[in-house]
Amino acid sequence: MSAPLLEVSELAVGFDTDEGPVQAVNQISFTLAEGEALAIVGESGSGKSVTALSIMGLVPRPPGRIDGGSIRFRGSELLGASERELRRVRGRYVAMIYQDPMTSLNPALTVGRQITEIVRHHLDLSSRQAADRAAELLSLVGIPNATGRLGDHPHQFSGGQRQRILIAMALSCDPAVLIADEPTTALDVTVQAQIIELVKDLRERLGMAIIWITHDLGVVAGMVDKVAVMYSGYAVEQAPVGELFAQPSHPYTVGLLRSLPTFGGERRRLTPIPGAPPDPARGVDACPFAPRCDWVIDRCHEEFPDLTAVAPAHGAACHRRDEVRDAPAVVDAAR
Amino acid sequence: MSAPNGNGALVEVRDLVKHFPVRRGLLRRQVGAVQALDGLSLDIGRGETLGLVGESGSGKSTAARTILRLLEPTRGQVVFDGEDITGASRTALRAIRPRMQMIFQDPYASLNPRKTVGGTVIEALEVNRIGTAQQRRRRVDQLFDMVGLSPRLQNRYPHEFSGGQRQRIGIARALATEPHFVIADEAISALDVSIQAQIVNLLDDLKHQLELTYLFISHDLSMVRHISDRVAVLYLGKVAELGSSRDVWERPLHPYTLALLSAVPVPDPVRESQRERIVLPGDPPDPADPPSGCRFHTRCAFATDVCRVDEPALRDLGTAQAPHVVACHHAERVRASSANGKEIIP
Repeated sequence: MSAPLLEVSELAVGFDTDEGPVQAVNQISFTLAEGEALAIVGESGSGKSVTALSIMGLVPRPPGRIDGGSIRFRGSELLGASERELRRVRGRYVAMIYQDPMTSLNPALTVGRQITEIVRHHLDLSSRQAADRAAELLSLVGIPNATGRLGDHPHQFSGGQRQRILIAMALSCDPAVLIADEPTTALDVTVQAQIIELVKDLRERLGMAIIWITHDLGVVAGMVDKVAVMYSGYAVEQAPVGELFAQPSHPYTVGLLRSLPTFGGERRRLTPIPGAPPDPARGVDACPFAPRCDWVIDRCHEEFPDLTAVAPAHGAACHRRDEVRDAPAVVDAAR
Repeated sequence: MSAPNGNGALVEVRDLVKHFPVRRGLLRRQVGAVQALDGLSLDIGRGETLGLVGESGSGKSTAARTILRLLEPTRGQVVFDGEDITGASRTALRAIRPRMQMIFQDPYASLNPRKTVGGTVIEALEVNRIGTAQQRRRRVDQLFDMVGLSPRLQNRYPHEFSGGQRQRIGIARALATEPHFVIADEAISALDVSIQAQIVNLLDDLKHQLELTYLFISHDLSMVRHISDRVAVLYLGKVAELGSSRDVWERPLHPYTLALLSAVPVPDPVRESQRERIVLPGDPPDPADPPSGCRFHTRCAFATDVCRVDEPALRDLGTAQAPHVVACHHAERVRASSANGKEIIP
């Protein structure tokens, strides 16, 4: 087998804060094949966005520090690469879209100018060719009358259209990986559906790989191949998407699924996860989920559970992973 | 459109209109109006939870604020517990306000960072001149207990709490004056998924314990369905559809509701891959310049010529026990398509 498109291994990222060092990402490993879609799911503070920023080489240092691990893109190491090398990769091969389209666009520049700038930075195009490319990209993401709108400023577009413009910018150099950090969180449910359909369609047409970062397990069910669930800086479960929903093997994943309201049938009381995520400033030498866990045993407070396989390509960081996996399926119960 | 069961409505909203003027030029001449609410009518029964859904710009939050008269309505009427509050004087309002309260979206922004959280809750009692100093302190202890926080935490400041705990404090503050009616405006939207369920259960418990009536506003349709007895779907400042939670979810009559439901993600990869998604073209129209006829016709797959000209009135296609009203010329066709459209509705 050839090297995967992207290979992250044992990535560790910390931040120095006023309250001491915080470990944001602990020993995360995953691979992404050409054209594959991965979701990283976690709540605020779980480390999912920091993982994405690390891949882009955008963790601000200081206060951030990469404590170890490796991020390889098509076999070449990105961690420790010079800013110049990173700049060649960023935007050209690995592109990212962010949650808030308004703050990611420059309000003072026309949309056409912002797209052509990127295109010309990475590709050797004349300004005429770059403008054509910009119009082509805008119509690719479904902006009507694309050529006529290159001269418009961001505020002249709706929220959903601005997110489309960001996607157009991200696609401008035909990237191999598109990282989407909660791109639909600020949008209405109907616009969210539009953007999800757009990204699914673009993935099919352009063959790019996708990393979709979200707090919403529901969104990822229909759009990715595999999922990494993060909690408190750790990947607590990784699985192919079907496996994850059918046989969740970490109590946190089970808890997230049970927190969602049911679809159809009689209304039942929600089953929340008790308590709140741990303070990231407190280091953990045991299972970080133990204080909120239904399955907790003494061992969980004493020994850190490593991510261990429960099935091919399916791992869970839980001492009782096999029992959790064999417990009645959550999705069935929810129907 | 009256509330089900015969114990009458606590809140009656009649043809409520709220326009925000659009001004231009040196003289700030009014050149138009954003029609945030354009004839909203609904009843909320005693002890009922009415859900309110719609996209941004549909008028959900304006409805909340106008019903509480935090915004002055342009026209229309709000009757609370038999009393018309639309024309009520300041003094009269002061007497009514404690009985209607609001829980906000962002518990961090709505709590004073310089005040202890106990101080914030006690303030609600002081402002409304409720109880003696000692009674107030006892009441705050009780409120903290009620929302699942240790009364010992009263002397801390908002930043020392997690998002879920801050929302509990927001709820304690809203309940301080013993309201009958509580509006939750996107009260769970800013919270993490695992915490949302805690707050929804808490709201549910408090409702039964204190016999509250809720208006629950959210863009999360599955949560709205879970918590609400009835649901009103708003589009550009008007009710598009209103019926029991179950009817609206299982037998939607308005094409807009159908599209909203089809956009709800289902946490099940097998079902999700079989579903059909109705992707609405374009964005919601500008509320300063709503389309002619039916406001939804520009994005509607069912639209015909009549929709471009005639604005559909609300009509009841439900039963005597469970009214189900819709403003659509083609509701019967929508019903037929949703009946065999199991893969559309989550």
